[in-house]
Amino acid sequence: MKVTIDGIEIDVPKGTTILQAARMIGPEVAPPAMCYYTKLKTSGGYCRTCIVKVTQGSTANPNPMPKPVASCRTEVMDGMVVENNTSPEIIEARKGVVEFLLINHPLDCPICDQAGECKLQDLGFQNGSSKTRYEFKRREFEEIDIGDKIKLHMTRCILCYRCVKTADQITNDRVHGVIARGDESEISTYIENIIDNDFSGNVIDVCPVGALTDKTFRFKQRVWFTKPVDAKRDCKTCCGKTRVWLKGEEVVRVTARKDQWDEVEEFICNACRFDHKKKSDWVIEGPSPIHRNSVISQNHYEHLNELKVQIMKQQKALGFMPIDKQP
Amino acid sequence: MQLTNRSKVVSNKVQTAMEQLYLPGIIKGMLITGSHLFKRRVTVKYPEETRPRAAVYRGWHVLKRDENGAERCTSCGLCAVACPAEAITMESAERKKGEESLYREEKYAKTYEINMLRCIFCGLCEEACPKEAIFLTDRLVDTEYEREDFIYGKSKLTEKIDKRIDVSKRQTLEVAEFKKLPGLKHNTLWEGKSLKKGKH
Repeated sequence: MKVTIDGIEIDVPKGTTILQAARMIGPEVAPPAMCYYTKLKTSGGYCRTCIVKVTQGSTANPNPMPKPVASCRTEVMDGMVVENNTSPEIIEARKGVVEFLLINHPLDCPICDQAGECKLQDLGFQNGSSKTRYEFKRREFEEIDIGDKIKLHMTRCILCYRCVKTADQITNDRVHGVIARGDESEISTYIENIIDNDFSGNVIDVCPVGALTDKTFRFKQRVWFTKPVDAKRDCKTCCGKTRVWLKGEEVVRVTARKDQWDEVEEFICNACRFDHKKKSDWVIEGPSPIHRNSVISQNHYEHLNELKVQIMKQQKALGFMPIDKQP
Repeated sequence: MQLTNRSKVVSNKVQTAMEQLYLPGIIKGMLITGSHLFKRRVTVKYPEETRPRAAVYRGWHVLKRDENGAERCTSCGLCAVACPAEAITMESAERKKGEESLYREEKYAKTYEINMLRCIFCGLCEEACPKEAIFLTDRLVDTEYEREDFIYGKSKLTEKIDKRIDVSKRQTLEVAEFKKLPGLKHNTLWEGKSLKKGKH
């Protein structure tokens, strides 16, 4: 099926959504997504940040769709023409969506542990307005402990449902969900039922904001003072491939590896995440790729990987091998 | 052989009798020295006397408290990341119940250190601070004997409750409003049009 997004044509299989097709083209045209998560079934369709304009429905029916559609839930049709960043209407509409998402979100980024790797922060920075028009009291909640390792701060939650889907699909028993409706709705563990599952820690990684945080990392360091490295260990329950965040010799935090869409590559178990906080527990593979626009690249080491590749290339071109690889 | 035009020929001229006497030269020099006795003094007797400094002079930092005496700093780390000399380090801690009068926010700086030997007094920390907590003041940094003594901790940086430091001249309303101006680059950079490039 041929689909044109922002003037770029791509051939995709049937059943692909507009968002997936746009991601195949690249980050230049991919709409932002707050609730959609490739690895979680039935996710998406809540936040409306990924709205796009469909100017031509298909070759068979070239009429435009009457209003912006959520690209994560809309499948492509043959000959569909989609406008994302090229449509001023969409940019304006997305600004409105961001404003709505931020209505109840406390602007406490200086306190929040997620700051620096927060998708809502990025979204607000790229698509939002620099001022808030909201003058009323934002909703506030007491912090809740979900187990002894996870903290839920509902005040920051944007109700993307990702953690609920994770609890549903990754873990065996669903012990938390969303109660109440609309403005009242909140993530609940069914009266503070402790999540007792090997993979429950993954709700921290899927949370796009700082609502679910790691209690072993809470307020320890700002993310941009830590250095992420890809590391692995032999783990019986999970793949053991993680990202270890170092501050000097200290392991301050362990998370799953994330791809360029900020989605977890492979979910990791709680033992890896919470209990192995020694550098000797891990085999370090190398620095994690960090986008140069990210504040984490303030560590000035983001090019180490590239540098290594380039040095190897030059060594090859000059015709000599590194000492340790010489026969 | 001459290699360059800038080379100079060294003079081996023999001094005249007048020059060999040296006296006229000495008198000429003494006259210049003596004339300075009657000119305005350019130095001040420093510890007793100080020169007036501008209100926006960038010296010894202060960590401000709010109106109720609670520390404003929330240990967000923006000053440290803005610091070009990497002089600032901090450790944060969570505010416990009952400490609301001590710390304004949920999180506070347990330790906050500025290495005054590294600091270049550029004022970027003040500019980066989202909580209006850190300011540079017109106080001079003391002299010390040990290098360690120049690492200023919270005891030296936080203002005393009974000895408030006035920074109102640095933080005028205009400055506060200026920071919010929509015309500023950091406020408009990502609004709408720049998205097309898909920089992120």
